[in-house]
Amino acid sequence: MSESITTKNVTFKVFRFNKDTDYLPYYKEYKMEVTSEEVVLDILNRIKWEHDGSFSYRRSCRHGICGACAMKVNGKGTLACKENMLDLVELFGDEIVIEPSSIKRAVKDLIIDKGDFWEKHDQIQPYLISEIDEHPEMECAVSPEESERLLEADLCIQCGACHYSCPVVELNEDFIGPAAFVKAYRFEADVRDEAHNARLEEVGLPSQGVWDCVKCYECAEVCPKEINPIEKITKLHNMIFDAGISNNKVAERHAVGFAHSIKKHGLLDEAELVRYSEGTVPMLVKHGKVGFKMFTKGKVVMPWNMPKSDKLDEIKTLVKSSMTSKY
Amino acid sequence: MGKLQYALFTGCTAKESTPEQLKSTYAVAEKLGIELIELSEASCCGASHLQDYDDFLSLVLNARNICYAESRGMTMVTICNTCQLNTAMTKHRLDKDPELKARVNEKLAEVGLEYKGTSEITHFLYAIIDDFGLDAIREKVVTPLSQFNIAPFYGCHNIRPSELQNETHRSAENPYNPNSLDDLIIALGGVNVDYEEKNKCCGFHAELQAPKTAAALTGKALMGAMDANADWMVTPCPLCHLKLDTQYEHASHAVGRDVKMPVLHMQQMVGLALGCTPAELGLEHHVSDVDFV
Repeated sequence: MSESITTKNVTFKVFRFNKDTDYLPYYKEYKMEVTSEEVVLDILNRIKWEHDGSFSYRRSCRHGICGACAMKVNGKGTLACKENMLDLVELFGDEIVIEPSSIKRAVKDLIIDKGDFWEKHDQIQPYLISEIDEHPEMECAVSPEESERLLEADLCIQCGACHYSCPVVELNEDFIGPAAFVKAYRFEADVRDEAHNARLEEVGLPSQGVWDCVKCYECAEVCPKEINPIEKITKLHNMIFDAGISNNKVAERHAVGFAHSIKKHGLLDEAELVRYSEGTVPMLVKHGKVGFKMFTKGKVVMPWNMPKSDKLDEIKTLVKSSMTSKY
Repeated sequence: MGKLQYALFTGCTAKESTPEQLKSTYAVAEKLGIELIELSEASCCGASHLQDYDDFLSLVLNARNICYAESRGMTMVTICNTCQLNTAMTKHRLDKDPELKARVNEKLAEVGLEYKGTSEITHFLYAIIDDFGLDAIREKVVTPLSQFNIAPFYGCHNIRPSELQNETHRSAENPYNPNSLDDLIIALGGVNVDYEEKNKCCGFHAELQAPKTAAALTGKALMGAMDANADWMVTPCPLCHLKLDTQYEHASHAVGRDVKMPVLHMQQMVGLALGCTPAELGLEHHVSDVDFV
């Protein structure tokens, strides 16, 4: 039984820009009646077919497989072919803003230059690295359990929704970004792959790699294929520890410092964590001024006053028995 | 309505760098007649960093914390977004994976505990909205915040990933257009300010590893609120608070402009409207002075 079709009047503010002729981008308004059967792509098509033939956007499969039509609706990254228009109206109201995935990379209307996205993929060697026997006598079998280790990482359609929703990508052009991390994980988790440390070292590079992730979960939220990139980023962190090859000592010690502190106090000793991560002198240089202000406001607990969890012996026992990593 | 009771997981910052948060939590709970039993046995949640080093250990420790809420037969209330995320994530993973739960329980058995999955875990913000109710809060207001433009800053770990977060509270929150804090501001008589950064990241978790990125994110958040004509910001997360309240110099440097404004904890905002004194709310602990009270 199909539900009855509803309609709504919606004002669309659509990002328009031609890199070759326009000095600045502008927003063009289109008022349309939208039905509950339409996805965002239908609206883009109607704008092009009924209002302005020069309106440009990428699209191909219309089934959420090719990843071409990634864009943003009121700041929410999505595939134009996936999202029902009236669901978005319910979320954002009847004024809908349609923009490219990344405004600063716009070339023509919703079409962006994804060059940086592909460069980051190149950087992590997104292919199987393996000594292949050219005359094998039997197939190279991967068991179902082994293939499950890839999780959903193999489902990525490289639409760039996570990459261009990541605040670190926006601020730091060297940052490899969630999509390429997912791809790196996909091959690191593959039992046939032999690159291991070489790729992991790339993934762990200071100011480019996984340690710069701010843990905002934008990538997990936006992914139209529900791949959960930050989960794979965490797994890459774990793999870097397992391989013992971190390049970023501050980040590494920052993670390990939690285990030390919990074992000692149950709670986190905040000041000690900073000192352990950065070292005493760098800590004073970087945080001395702020630290002093915080101290005068009663925000710094002295080591001798450090609170402890009740039943600390339980915590100590568990840290000892449940620790699976070594540093 | 019977008296609301929760097991309070304070987290570490409330005991160290944000004492005002713990004070104001208790002050507000008293005004609303909510009983909070502190989980004094609880350990740190790992703050999403221990997870990078040792995922299994973090599961065991968080499961242990939940055990103590279960043994008291109560819903666990958190007052930190990151505690909320890590604890709720642990519950989610253990509840849907019996094999993992068994492995964790094998460890917990060494200290005579068992994770059952019987306690709910919710942030104090949602406990107030879901269980106490905005209408009931509105009736308790003695000093409406009507003269203030207030910029809500939600904090990532309360709104994303939404699939997990919306398991933990009844009022549905959309991470792209969240409304709980806005609704609370309105219920207290204040004017909620809309700005682009309200659901964005403050940068806290990369503070040590990637200071430039972290400072720029803090700066953008403060700038967004200032440009939207806010008098002050409010956040349910002590980590966001630390970043916004204490890091304005680094933030100003990163965005090339002076950014500084008073930032209140969600509990302090509620407390102000309910007639708590500045001392009860610990306003003297702020680094960016709260100059309007």
